[in-house]
Amino acid sequence: MPRSKTTPAVSQNEADHPTSPVQHFAAHESLLLDSGASLGPWQIAYQTYGTLNTDKSNAILICHALTGDQHVASDNPVTGKPGWWTSMVGPGKSYDTDRFFIICANVLGGCMGTSGPANHEAETGKAYAVDFPVVTIRDMVRAQARLVDRLGIETLFCVAGGSMGGMQVLQWAATFPDRVFAAMPLATGAKHSAQNIAFHEVGRQAVMADPDWRAGRYLAEGTRPEKGLAVARMAAHITYLSEPALHRKFGRKLQDRAAPTFSFDADFEIESYLRYQGRSFVERFDANSYLYLTRAMDYFDLADDFGGSLAAAFKGTKTRFCVASFTSDWLFPTSDSRAIVHALNAAGASVSFVEIETDKGHDAFLLDEPVLFATSRGFIDAAARARGLKEQG
Amino acid sequence: MTVQLNHTAAAARVDLLLVAEMIERGARVLDVGCGDGTLLDLLIKTRDVDGRGIELSQAGVNGCVTKGLSVVQGDADTDLADYPDDGFDYVILSQTLQATRRPREVIEHLLRIGRRAIVSFPNFGHWRIRSQVAFQGRMPVTKNLSYAWYDTPNIHFCTIADFVSLTDEMDATIEKAVALDRNGQPMRMTLPWAVWNLFGEQAVFMLRRGS
Repeated sequence: MPRSKTTPAVSQNEADHPTSPVQHFAAHESLLLDSGASLGPWQIAYQTYGTLNTDKSNAILICHALTGDQHVASDNPVTGKPGWWTSMVGPGKSYDTDRFFIICANVLGGCMGTSGPANHEAETGKAYAVDFPVVTIRDMVRAQARLVDRLGIETLFCVAGGSMGGMQVLQWAATFPDRVFAAMPLATGAKHSAQNIAFHEVGRQAVMADPDWRAGRYLAEGTRPEKGLAVARMAAHITYLSEPALHRKFGRKLQDRAAPTFSFDADFEIESYLRYQGRSFVERFDANSYLYLTRAMDYFDLADDFGGSLAAAFKGTKTRFCVASFTSDWLFPTSDSRAIVHALNAAGASVSFVEIETDKGHDAFLLDEPVLFATSRGFIDAAARARGLKEQG
Repeated sequence: MTVQLNHTAAAARVDLLLVAEMIERGARVLDVGCGDGTLLDLLIKTRDVDGRGIELSQAGVNGCVTKGLSVVQGDADTDLADYPDDGFDYVILSQTLQATRRPREVIEHLLRIGRRAIVSFPNFGHWRIRSQVAFQGRMPVTKNLSYAWYDTPNIHFCTIADFVSLTDEMDATIEKAVALDRNGQPMRMTLPWAVWNLFGEQAVFMLRRGS
C-alpha cells in the first residue's frame, strides 16, 4: 500500500491493527446501520481498567468525544501522552478503577482500531475511505452493545461521557434502558444545534477543499489532507474554549516578539497556539474519520426517533441520570442540558442536574473541575449503594 | 447566646420532623426548594422515600448531588410544568411559597403533580408582625424573617387565614394543618384558625385536590 512520507505509520497501524484489545465480528455478525447499510466483517477496539466483579455488576462504559479514543486512562500509543480523562478515571477517582470495571471503546467510524474509513477491507486490501457507510450515534451505541455482549455484561452500572460521548450516553439510555443502571451525560445535548452543524460544515469543507484529500481517496493515493484537517481542528478548537478563557490565557499577547511583524506570520500567541493544535491533531487523526464523526453528531436528534418528544425517549426509564453543564460552554450551553432534564422530569426519571461555574468553556468536562469531581463521586457512590455494590474492592 | 442558637436549630428540626411525620414510608416525594437537601436526606433515611428535589441556588444543588441526592437546578415558578400529573405521592414546598412569583399557580402544580401537597410557610398574621406594622409603621423584620423590605426574596407573604381561604377558592382539601409557635412547638389542634393566625409563627398544611 502506498504511503506518503508524512503518513505516520503508527496511526495507520492503529486503525487496522490496534495495540488495544479488539473484538472481531464476522460477515454473518454484521452490524445493521441506520443508513440501511450492513457492515461486516467489522471490529471494535477497546481498553479496560479495573476488575469485573463476579456478578458483572460493576462495569462503567465511558463514551469518548469526537476526537477522543479508547485510551481514557492509559498512555496513547500514537502520541505517547497520558489518557484523555485521567482526572476522572483511575484509582480513587470518580470512576474508581479500584472499585469499578471501566470499558472504553473507540467509536464506530473512528481511526483507532474500530471499523472506520481508515480501515482496509480484508478482502480487497483497499482502504474504505469514503466508501465506508455513514454512521450515526445510534450505530456507535449498537456497536458498543455488541462489545458489551461479548464481555458477558448484561447491565452496565453506568454509562458516562461528555460532548459526543454524552450523546452516546443518552442514546444508550434510550435504546437499552434496561442495560443502563446509571447515566452521566456531560456537556452535551439531545440534538446538535444549527450553529454546531454550521461549525462542523466549515471543518468538513476545509478538509474537502484540501487538494490532498483527493475526493477522499488520499490513503490510496499516498497523500494526506493535513492542511485542511488542521484548519478544521483550529476552527473547532475555538468552539471548545470561551472568550474569557482565551482572554485570560492569551489576550493580545505576541508570540516571541516585541512588535507585530507586518506579515501573516503567527504574531499573536493565540495564532501560534491554534496552529500547534492543528498540527498536532493531524498527526493522530484521520481526515475521513473526522468527516464521518462530525456527520454522526450532526444527524443526532434523539427526540426525532421518538415522534419529536424527548420525554418519550425516556418514558418509564429506571435509569438514574446525572446531567452536568458548564456556564461558559457555548457549544453545548446549559439550555441544552436543561432540555434533557425537562424531558427526564416529564418522563418521571430520577435525575440530578448541576451547572458548573467555570470560564473553561466546552472543554471543561476534560479539565480540572473540582465541582465536577465532587458531584460525580456523590452520584456514583449513591448509585453504587442503590446497586448494592460494596464500598471498596 | 448558645442557648438561643440551639433553640433556633431545634425549632428548624421540629418543622422538618413535622413534615417527615406526615409522609408514608417508601413514598415518592418531590421537595420543591429543597435547599441543601436536609429534609430530603431526613426523609430518605427515616422514611425510606424515593426522593427528588428542585432547588434554585446552584450551590444548594451541587451540595445535594454531592450527597447523592437526585436534585436538579430549577425554579418552582417555571419548571413544575414539566412534571407529569400524579408523578409523586407527596410534593413538598417548605418555606418557599412566599418567594414564588405566582404562588397560586405553584400550589396548583403541587396538587397536580402530587397526590398530596405539603406546604409550610411563615405566617404573616403573627401578632409580632401585625404589631410592627400597626405600632411602628414599619415593614416587619423578625428573627425568622430577617430581611429588610428592599432586599427580601420573600415577595408574596400570606397569613394562615389567607392560605386557608386560597385553598377554599382552589377547591383543595386541607387534610392536616399544624401551626408552630414561637418556640417551634406545634400548637394544640383544637384551637380555632383565628388563634393560630395570631400566635402561629409558621404553618404546615397537607392538601389534596378536590373536596
